[in-house]
Amino acid sequence: MNLAMIWELAAQALQMLLVLALAPLVLGVTRKIKARLLRRIGPPTWQPYIDIWKLLHKEAVLAHNASWLYRVTPYLLFATTWVAAALVPTYAINLMFSWSADLIAIVALLATGRFALALAGMDVGTAFGGIGSSREMMIASLAEPAMLLVVFSVALIAGTTQLSTMASIFINGSVGLRVSLGLALFAFVFVAIAENARIPVDNPATHLELTMVHEAMVLEYSGRHLAMIEAAAALKLTLYFSLLACLFVPFGMATGDKNIDSVLIGLMTYLAKILVLAVLLPIGETSVAKMRVFRYPIFLGSAFAAAALAVFLLFVSRSL
Amino acid sequence: MHNINFDVAHLLAGSILALSFVLLYQHRITSMLNVFALQAIALSLSVAWQAYIQEAPHLLVTAGIALAVKGIVIPTALHRIVRRLGIHRQIEEVIGAGPTMLTGLGLVALSILLVLPAGQTVSLLAREDLAFALAVILLGLLTMITRHNAVTQIIGFMSLENGLVLAATGAKGMPLVVEISVAFSVLIAFSVFGIFVFRIRERFDTVDIGALDQFRGERRDQT
Amino acid sequence: MIPSLPSVDISSIIASIAAFWSQLPVTPLQAVLLVPAVAVVLLALIPGYRFGAFLNVLASGLTFFAGASLLFNPRYRTDILIVDDFNVYLVTLTTFVAFTTSIFSASYIGHELETGRLTPRFLRYYHALYQAMIGAMNVALVANNVGLLWVGLEVATLTTVMMVGIYRTPEAIEAAWKYFILGSVGIALAFFGTILVYLVAQEVLGEGLQAMAWDTMLKSAARFDPKLLSLAFVFLLVGYGTKVGLAPFHAWLPDAHAEGPTPISAVLSGLLLNVALYALLRFKMILAANAATINAGLVLIVLGLVSLIFAGFMLYRRRDIKRLFAYSSIEHMGIITFAFGMGGALANFAGLLHMTMHSLTKSAIFFAVGHIAQVKGTQRITEISGLSSSHPVLAVGLALGVIAIAGMPPFGLFTSEFMLVSSTFARQPLLAVALVFGLIVAFGALILRLQDVLFGEASGPPGKVKATYAPLFLHLALVLAAGLWLPEPVVRWFRAVAAQLG
Repeated sequence: MNLAMIWELAAQALQMLLVLALAPLVLGVTRKIKARLLRRIGPPTWQPYIDIWKLLHKEAVLAHNASWLYRVTPYLLFATTWVAAALVPTYAINLMFSWSADLIAIVALLATGRFALALAGMDVGTAFGGIGSSREMMIASLAEPAMLLVVFSVALIAGTTQLSTMASIFINGSVGLRVSLGLALFAFVFVAIAENARIPVDNPATHLELTMVHEAMVLEYSGRHLAMIEAAAALKLTLYFSLLACLFVPFGMATGDKNIDSVLIGLMTYLAKILVLAVLLPIGETSVAKMRVFRYPIFLGSAFAAAALAVFLLFVSRSL
Repeated sequence: MHNINFDVAHLLAGSILALSFVLLYQHRITSMLNVFALQAIALSLSVAWQAYIQEAPHLLVTAGIALAVKGIVIPTALHRIVRRLGIHRQIEEVIGAGPTMLTGLGLVALSILLVLPAGQTVSLLAREDLAFALAVILLGLLTMITRHNAVTQIIGFMSLENGLVLAATGAKGMPLVVEISVAFSVLIAFSVFGIFVFRIRERFDTVDIGALDQFRGERRDQT
Repeated sequence: MIPSLPSVDISSIIASIAAFWSQLPVTPLQAVLLVPAVAVVLLALIPGYRFGAFLNVLASGLTFFAGASLLFNPRYRTDILIVDDFNVYLVTLTTFVAFTTSIFSASYIGHELETGRLTPRFLRYYHALYQAMIGAMNVALVANNVGLLWVGLEVATLTTVMMVGIYRTPEAIEAAWKYFILGSVGIALAFFGTILVYLVAQEVLGEGLQAMAWDTMLKSAARFDPKLLSLAFVFLLVGYGTKVGLAPFHAWLPDAHAEGPTPISAVLSGLLLNVALYALLRFKMILAANAATINAGLVLIVLGLVSLIFAGFMLYRRRDIKRLFAYSSIEHMGIITFAFGMGGALANFAGLLHMTMHSLTKSAIFFAVGHIAQVKGTQRITEISGLSSSHPVLAVGLALGVIAIAGMPPFGLFTSEFMLVSSTFARQPLLAVALVFGLIVAFGALILRLQDVLFGEASGPPGKVKATYAPLFLHLALVLAAGLWLPEPVVRWFRAVAAQLG
């Protein structure tokens, strides 16, 4: 075990722990900004940490007809989301496990988690769980194609689906400001909003039957299970932010050898990007109203159209 | 190697195209007007950028006209007209948003496939801008076709004209005569539209084009 | 086949006209454009409709005089305006028909006021819009710059749209709205085609005005990129073809003719369709100069035949008299398009002659229809009958007009149709068969309807015709004269333009 390998391992471990530690903070910043925009004071920024800590110490109450799936799902969800979030390059590329950081694999991991959650929502047999699961799957069926088309468009530009390689190609700047990238960004933002259950698709703070999607699925969970699920939701949001930063604004990441300077710069830029996105999200959320469920296809259809257009442009022209 | 000038020009043209798509599925008149205003602002930015890279300062006049007239004056005037007509609460059933979007995608594909391969002697930048402009024109046409309401048809037509201005400014060195005439025609078209909207309203007490249908042509039941 | 008389000594006339114009501060070309512009402003301000009508006639007369003087002036070009053989005869024709229509309109409008269909305030707009339309058409005709041509056609369209809707009945508004939407879409597509043409031209000619001028473009057309030029022509065909009224882009035409005031129907049929066709022909000339482009002639032939046969069949079921003659306009524009699509000296000559004769005859027919509508109070054919007993002079006028438009000798339309059929038969016999078939179908419908209207019990209230017959019979006389003999200068002139058209 020479020093280089230990250093690599430490860098990879740093990334894994970084996203885990950062995720509740991202959530907290988002909630705080939103409250301020709504002229409330809002909870403290580190409230999600306190929530998770509290939930971990509470008793998990299960329905008597809950199956093994119900108990396993929170851990499964947390695991898949954490792995996916840890694979996305945050402050540096070409980390130890980055050969496995394939964009399609990440999409598949998220899909697995969502699938498990949807099943668990229906597991106990309550009405709210069923509503949540069916709405969630409808959104997924519309968002997945759009997400895949976004993946295709960036992959066509970079020539690979491996995230580290993609990021390094984009950092060089030889790609330029392409229309297809702009369209892909547009589509990605819409898909991210849908997947993370944010306004205008879903309200993360509501428990009204008419409006909840994600919250409906997890309504029955309590204690450490709920803590896992909350952490997974926060990780998912951080994952999408990191993905946006890595694909569309990858500047500042540490390429090449990872000495202290480049790592520090990478960390600083990453934190800055995440913070900016965490501020922009509530600004967007407070400026639109939640849309009705039958409008989801149009919303996600426009994302699909934009991504399809991006892919098409890449096929017909070299410079678009 | 990518030329930053071309890229920004394409980006702005692409944003105009994306806004045309967004215009397709709006179902409230006020939101359509806002999207149209955004599109006009994007258009003025695009024309201003063309003025910069072509070193043609007279294009800035066109950009200013697009911004002032189509980005500010016309949307606010139409907002007021819509309010006065009392139709700002109408929800319009857009004819099948899904198929419409797919048709829109097809039209964009068609326009790109038509324009890009033709004319190898013309520069690539001009051809790509022209392809985008044609796509915006065809999408504006599609918006007009899928609408029932007179005001939304007008907005579709004006987004079609946005595409025309985009095409005209993409063609390098087109003399000022044409630009003034484009702006002039916008003004005339709008005044005609205004007269029509009022005439339709006072005649029919509605701006639904469907109500006009019963006066179409020679009906079979008339002998 | 056309007997020509010894040419009259016109050099003295030319000299006196030239002397007259040299005393004025404006040239005939400027007058053709400025007189309508001034008239628009004046007419918009003057409240009294009688004086407005008189001023309208006066302005149209002056414009006609200027247009006719252009015939004798030397040919002229700048990068913006051009007067060559092709458009000078169209300018003369346009200003002439506009003049006679203004005379008809002046006498016709009084009745419209009495029946309450128009108010005096709208009459002001009507006269101002009329002059604006004339001015715009003149601009389109004398423009050397393709953009200016487009502007002229657009303004002409917009003014006619407003005039079609001027009665403000539900049907009129529907017709005007449909015309506006279709016309605007056509104009937009035509503009896109214009931009494409400029792009193609500026590659060869460099940027600036010379890349948009007809004559410079025509000289270098062989070096243009053929694919882009063909694409441009497609757009221009759809765009300007809508304004010509070719099927399948004709949907606005019947309604606009039926619901607008009769003078406007006359001007639409007689003039605006011609100007749009002129634009198409200019582009076709550029395309013809480049060997690698699509066969524009073939496209025109197909569109012309489709319009002819389609309109011919549609004539049978029409119940409104103005709609009937609107479809007849579509039919004739189809014939003219077919003629220019065939190309060659004889077919082009036939096309040019047909354009002129159709303008004169169709406007004459609409004058007659206007009289009929006023005395019978209706436009429905089933409610109009017995014209020969109630209004014999009008009946004769209508009968002569319909016979002329149906293509019977000795009127001028027969001459042009015969020329076209024979030249087509010599080159493409099958096409000639289709052409004759269409002509016969239309002929049948027109004669049938004419019989319905002329004979039988006199219907409707008895009353005298208030408007003047003069324009109607003047046009018919001209058409008859042209059918009998064409003056030698006119023949030479048409031949020169036919050769230019290729």
